[in-house]
Amino acid sequence: MSLPTRDMGDATKAPSCPAPAAGAEISPFDLERMDIVAVGHVDHGKSTVIGRLMADTGSLPDGKLEQVKNMCKVNARPFEYAFLLDALKNEQAQGITIDTARCFFNTPQRHYIIHDAPGHVEFLKNMITGASRAQAALLVIDAKEGVRENSKRHGYILSMLGIRQISVLVNKMDLLDWDQVKFEAIVTEYADFLGRLGVHPTSFIPISARDGDNIVSRAAAAPWYDGPTVLEQVEDFKQLDDDLDRPFRMPLQDVYKFTEALDDRRIFVGTIETGRIRPGDEVVFLPSRKHSTVKTIEALSGPRPDEAYSGQATGLTLETQVYAKPGELLVRADEPEPLIATRIRANIFWMNTAPLVRGRRYVLRLGAARVPVELESVLSVLDEQELESVTGAGQVERHMVAEVIFRAVRPVAFDQADTLEPTSRFVIVHGFDTAGCGIALEGLPDAAETGDGGRVFGRGEISDEQRAARYGHAGKAVVFVAEDGEAAHAVAARVEHAVFERGVHSYCLSASDLGDDKDVLGREAHLGRIGEIAWAMTDAGVVLIAALGDVDRFDLDRLRTLAAPHQVFVIGMDAGGELGADLELPPAATAEDAAEEALRALAAAGVLPAAV
Amino acid sequence: MNQLDTLEAKSVHILREAYRSLGNVCMLWSIGKDSTVLLHLARKAFFGHVPIPLVHIDTAYKMPEMIEYRDRLALEWHLNLVVGQNRKALEEKATFPDGNCDRIQCCRNLKTMALKHTLDGEWPRLRMDHTLGRLVEDQDLSPYTGVIVGVRADEEGSRSKERYFSPRDVENDWNVDDQPPELWRYFKTDFEPGTHVRVHPLLDWTELNVWEYIERESIPVTSLYFDDGTGTRCRSLGCYPCTTPVQSTATNVAEIIEELRTGKFSNIAERSGRAQDKDDGGGLESLRRGGYM
Repeated sequence: MSLPTRDMGDATKAPSCPAPAAGAEISPFDLERMDIVAVGHVDHGKSTVIGRLMADTGSLPDGKLEQVKNMCKVNARPFEYAFLLDALKNEQAQGITIDTARCFFNTPQRHYIIHDAPGHVEFLKNMITGASRAQAALLVIDAKEGVRENSKRHGYILSMLGIRQISVLVNKMDLLDWDQVKFEAIVTEYADFLGRLGVHPTSFIPISARDGDNIVSRAAAAPWYDGPTVLEQVEDFKQLDDDLDRPFRMPLQDVYKFTEALDDRRIFVGTIETGRIRPGDEVVFLPSRKHSTVKTIEALSGPRPDEAYSGQATGLTLETQVYAKPGELLVRADEPEPLIATRIRANIFWMNTAPLVRGRRYVLRLGAARVPVELESVLSVLDEQELESVTGAGQVERHMVAEVIFRAVRPVAFDQADTLEPTSRFVIVHGFDTAGCGIALEGLPDAAETGDGGRVFGRGEISDEQRAARYGHAGKAVVFVAEDGEAAHAVAARVEHAVFERGVHSYCLSASDLGDDKDVLGREAHLGRIGEIAWAMTDAGVVLIAALGDVDRFDLDRLRTLAAPHQVFVIGMDAGGELGADLELPPAATAEDAAEEALRALAAAGVLPAAV
Repeated sequence: MNQLDTLEAKSVHILREAYRSLGNVCMLWSIGKDSTVLLHLARKAFFGHVPIPLVHIDTAYKMPEMIEYRDRLALEWHLNLVVGQNRKALEEKATFPDGNCDRIQCCRNLKTMALKHTLDGEWPRLRMDHTLGRLVEDQDLSPYTGVIVGVRADEEGSRSKERYFSPRDVENDWNVDDQPPELWRYFKTDFEPGTHVRVHPLLDWTELNVWEYIERESIPVTSLYFDDGTGTRCRSLGCYPCTTPVQSTATNVAEIIEELRTGKFSNIAERSGRAQDKDDGGGLESLRRGGYM
């Protein structure tokens, strides 16, 4: 085979794809994709439903059906449609679905991925993985066994994951001779249960997956049923796009600057959860409250879009120079603000074998933010059987659903689940694992912080006043802050030297880098140590001259809390006023000049003694 | 958004997440249509730049058109191209075409082993020098701890169960029965040291989606995918001794899409022309557990 090279065109000239006009004929290019999850207790027939749906819509590879039927014949097993699915997933050996697998099928109207989620309780984390990808769910119940504990748990999890379209398939109706009364009894029981969760199923469909009744073709044995078949129901699920008309929320995923490639754009990127944004819109980063105006919406090529909206992975440039860090939440200034709090009341589902306990640090991931949190209290855990809340639990065990309060070390921006669900969703990381997931229900007021940062040290009998009288000055911390920590250190070291010569008991300590901001727990511990040192030194009457790089106002608030009751005087070196500094130092040509200026200003403010 | 918009947004998000949260991450570029779509998505994600090195494993049995196309695009798009090879196996002729091992072992030698040692930096690798316009010995042999791969869930059974972010342990093992949960847009990005991460931004794409996207975005692909007048073309690109062309007269992307959508290939698996799949029981599972992509 010899093949000539062809002209391949220029990819940079790719046209953008315009949205189809309303009412225009839908070309295959414009078809939607919908993700549906199928859940159900083990042996209730979920895989049979999917196998049947694929076979009856002609979505199987050629010869697959015959191949599996032959295999069954050879092994003297009766053919089952579930085997078909297993064959597609290489899972014959186990016989049960262990992990969520994607099955693709198409109708003339839409493309589907069905996420076949395992029913066994051991594999709940896999079921949740599949369900969180879906916009709609098929929940399979065995008509003979009725509503089981697992069916209840599945209903609860689907509701917590925010899946609003649920169709309940009552399977194996042939075993009940298509008894309408028994079907309706199941409907009543389960609808009542789901109703208490605020979930109202789109439909209940009596089916026999094995015989293909009410899957694609109607069940002749149930003339009393006039609702949709499974396929009709699937085709009728709606693509929910109301996110477009809700307030703009974009978790700041990253900030790009490809200067080495001679590109000086500073691009703020993220996937828009809800709402829309246009150039000219005033925006706010939260929780830092940095303001700016959108200049452009960036694209690979072609004209820049004049709008970006929910679901898009986009990139913006701003009119002003803003140092916002990944993890913040970008919102529009003219729309309702999200909540900002350090204490969050939430519903959670715990997946880790190690229980969620108090006194241990976890990482909360909400939007793009990663913030160290602790469990403050367990308000209640849910009894799955009766759906009743049980209070008094001290911790949350694996596979438990609970209402809890988390306390974060710094403020988090989020929405309440009942106002704006996408930005209320979070996961909890324990060690290296995604250990739990949940939705935020409410932001609570800060608890009163203790003045000594919670320390329980015994002190001697010499008072702060006695020390101040002996040394000629009170113990305090003077903190130089700059994005470039080395630059801050150069100034701090000179200031230390100058005041030491003036008889001040001074000590310079720098942390130009608190560590990788992806390792939020490590960073947090580092900051905590600096706070401890600041307290011990200032409490001993020393003037601590510190230099810190890459910290924000929340880090400094924490430092103040830890060093209390001693004074922490913050000097910002990168003009901007975003740190809430006590003093902003004007830009200087050299470290010597900056130190001179700082000494003058500190003397004027009465923080340090003036030169004699 | 139509389905290509939805797929694109999700893949771009995953690429950005990998770039942000994984340390030394690279992207596999097999020169085939899927990894070339991935490359295009990276250019979208990073606004024309590709800040992630592209690793190509050259088995020395790739079709010459593929290599020519690779180098041309690398220069045109300023790609940080890194090329690895199992030089020893080729010297010792430990390959299937030399008649010294079966297909599966050949894949292990020329692909899996070469990939493993190119990623861990234990074997020499080549890097595109954009001033010279050719490949030179790479001076930087730091290991890659993460690798972005263009596998799709619809290709075969074991891939349908993949996560977007999938950890492999030190031995490169994939524990398919105990994968981490993956919720909403929160992928697992915290790993024990020594863990090797694979990122799969194209999992939800089908073969048809890939071609539709190539058409929509005018992404250049190699001419091997088109009929050259002999009535055959490649549907999936591999090494030439193990890749059988399919009977097809499709000469452009639009005709391939038509074939997949309604025509002769609408119900035939894409990798049916790849001989090693059949030798591996049709599932690729044993190759994949050992690190095959």
